[in-house]
Amino acid sequence: MTLEIIGVSVLWLFLFLYVIVASIDFGAGFFNAYSAFTNKQHILTNIIQRYLSPVWEVTNVFFVFFFVGIIGFFPQTAFYYGTTLLVPASLALILLAIRGSYYAFATYGARINHRGYIYMYGLSGLLLPASLSPVLAMSEGGFIKMNGGEPYLDYWALFTSPLMWSIVVLSITAVLYISAVFLTWYAHKAGDLKATELIRKYALVWAGPAIVTATGIIFELRSHNPEHYSRILDLWWMFAISFLLFCGTVYLIWKKKNYGLAFILLVGQFFTAFFAYGVSHYPYLLYPYLTIYDGFTNESMAIALIIAFIAGLGLLLPSLYLLFRLFLFDKDYVKGKSDYHA
Amino acid sequence: MGFEDTALLSRILTMMTLSFHILYATIGVGVPLMIMIAQWVGIKKKDDHYILLARRWARGFVITVAVGVVTGTAIGLQLSLLWPNFMQLAGNVIALPLFMEVFAFFFEAIFLGIYLYTWDRFEDQRKHLLLLIPVALGAAASSVFITIVNSFMNAPQGFDLVNGELINVSPLLAMFSPAVPTKVAHVMSTAFMTSAFVLASIAALRILQGSTHVYHKKALLMTMKLGLVFSVATALIGDFSGKYLAEYQPEKLAAAEWHFETEDEARLILFGVLDGQEPKYAIEIPYALSILAHGLPDAEVTGLNEFPEDEIPPLWIHYLFDTMVTIGMWLAFFSFVYVVAAWRKWPIITKKWFRWLTVATGPLALIAIEAGWWFTEVGRQPWILRGYMKTSEAATTSGQVDLMIILFAGLYFILGVGTIVVLSRMYKRNPVEKELAQRQKADKGGDPE
Repeated sequence: MTLEIIGVSVLWLFLFLYVIVASIDFGAGFFNAYSAFTNKQHILTNIIQRYLSPVWEVTNVFFVFFFVGIIGFFPQTAFYYGTTLLVPASLALILLAIRGSYYAFATYGARINHRGYIYMYGLSGLLLPASLSPVLAMSEGGFIKMNGGEPYLDYWALFTSPLMWSIVVLSITAVLYISAVFLTWYAHKAGDLKATELIRKYALVWAGPAIVTATGIIFELRSHNPEHYSRILDLWWMFAISFLLFCGTVYLIWKKKNYGLAFILLVGQFFTAFFAYGVSHYPYLLYPYLTIYDGFTNESMAIALIIAFIAGLGLLLPSLYLLFRLFLFDKDYVKGKSDYHA
Repeated sequence: MGFEDTALLSRILTMMTLSFHILYATIGVGVPLMIMIAQWVGIKKKDDHYILLARRWARGFVITVAVGVVTGTAIGLQLSLLWPNFMQLAGNVIALPLFMEVFAFFFEAIFLGIYLYTWDRFEDQRKHLLLLIPVALGAAASSVFITIVNSFMNAPQGFDLVNGELINVSPLLAMFSPAVPTKVAHVMSTAFMTSAFVLASIAALRILQGSTHVYHKKALLMTMKLGLVFSVATALIGDFSGKYLAEYQPEKLAAAEWHFETEDEARLILFGVLDGQEPKYAIEIPYALSILAHGLPDAEVTGLNEFPEDEIPPLWIHYLFDTMVTIGMWLAFFSFVYVVAAWRKWPIITKKWFRWLTVATGPLALIAIEAGWWFTEVGRQPWILRGYMKTSEAATTSGQVDLMIILFAGLYFILGVGTIVVLSRMYKRNPVEKELAQRQKADKGGDPE
């Protein structure tokens, strides 16, 4: 295994973790807003706040980890993506700010539970994946172009691209699906039957669109990036495993059995698909300009980063375990029997 | 032309983000220590007031942290969005501390979540206090790592640039540049100092508003004592920073001091206006610059005449430097007077004008923080990486920076106003008197006071 592969695998793993934890966060916000809209808010708000308020900052760090890490391991990405992402990334920052300030001002603080705020918070959960996911489309090439040695983003090509829009739709459906499956489990653990039943329905509703759009993207790649498409076909078995796991989740949710296992299968489904996509994307960070080899940092920095990563992980994993034990696996906390907020 | 323009616009946006973020970051680094001290004193003295103090501070703190997370994410991303050429170079050499900062913050965020949601969950308060240690350590460590990156920009080392190629990169050497000791110490001590004074301001304001509860007096005396300790530490470290500058960035010190010609027995110039190269209406302290720079009254201090014209920082940083130093000195002096007066029970302390001066310490400390960062950033110009890359070469070529300035200005305005409104509303709805009464009711037979 080369240093390049280790570096990109670490980053991809953290991006995957961000996709999962952020999807839970984004989707929950949307369901919360939707239930406020349909006057069923009392059912969901409690569940959502109990889980999300203590962990959203941790969720956010996964994102920061990814973009700081990619500059560290692949400094040239700053040159290509930095200039071109100014607008989409800034919009994403504004949306993240809406979410952060909702936690700060509405749940920790004076509890400003203005409806408009709840809607904005919910909507930001859908707009965020929509503003972040086009980066995946951009990495397929054809949207970032060079002008006099400087990269620029061809907005017209991007906004008229069916590939980009499919990825956006996938990101939104995936967010809602992942979130609904997780919250079904969490509500079930909390012993909240009404909430479980409601969110279980959401999970079943969003399962179909999620898998259809995901399949659609593979076919769009055939015309957009044939090289990538053929590599995806080589990895068909990984996508097949992913699909089987998907079926498992839907079956369990449908039969109202073992929601915990259903969520684990869902993580497995996204893990295999995400890594299959990542492996087929190899070696490009940006078609056709940048590969993980020519964009890589120097060897001494790479080794230093990997050592720091291992040391950091040694610190982080026990802490994350503690966090989840207290807020995810502690029955009294989840059920809302105890409230110890400062 | 367009190139220069985006560099200027990028500087404006970066300045905006950093100026806003630094307020939250400073509080984020300093306040955990204050909470820790209050909770510890409460446990030691078996005084419920201090425990409640820690708890109420923690409630406000979490709001500033949440906003700080947002603005911190913004600056983290904007570095790459606005300065892609710099980050491409820096990524190769100084990525290590940036990476480690994320871990430190990760650590802090996890334990902050745990700490906040586990009040009263432990029988033993000391166990709960233990959870705060990783929060304070994580906060301190992230500020250390970020300051290390900033130090590198001021005194880059740990690599060779040969024909535009980076060779012999040593990440550790780059991390421990000569600017690190003074900068890190200065950032830490000022964060503690500022947090202490901000909390003192709040207590003093409550007393001025007519609250007579002993709780506020305890809070005020404790924070003023801490403010004194850290402002004295800051002054000492500031002196070392002057010696660092004289050795490694003499043009920054010379520009700040309007020191045009290299000479010995150099005077220190405070305030004034510049007429050509001659300061007017300034306070001049003979030998003081030589002492600040080298510790000896007759030492030679490098002047601006030794540097090419296009590598000299703008001379108005003089005022930033003076603002920072004057406020620092005043805060050390004032907190000293306050602590002595409290100890000797001088009546001056209860005078209204004196209380107002106490209220002013927090805002003044925050102004000094801004002035200090503006001084160090503008004072590094025209370089983004001193001696290697100019700021104008580092910026993005994107044409939409101006739009983003408007967008983020709106965002910071809303976040700033939101913070103030929410914090004041939160404490007004639940004043300490009410909370103390509730707590007494809750555990009858306890020993309040």
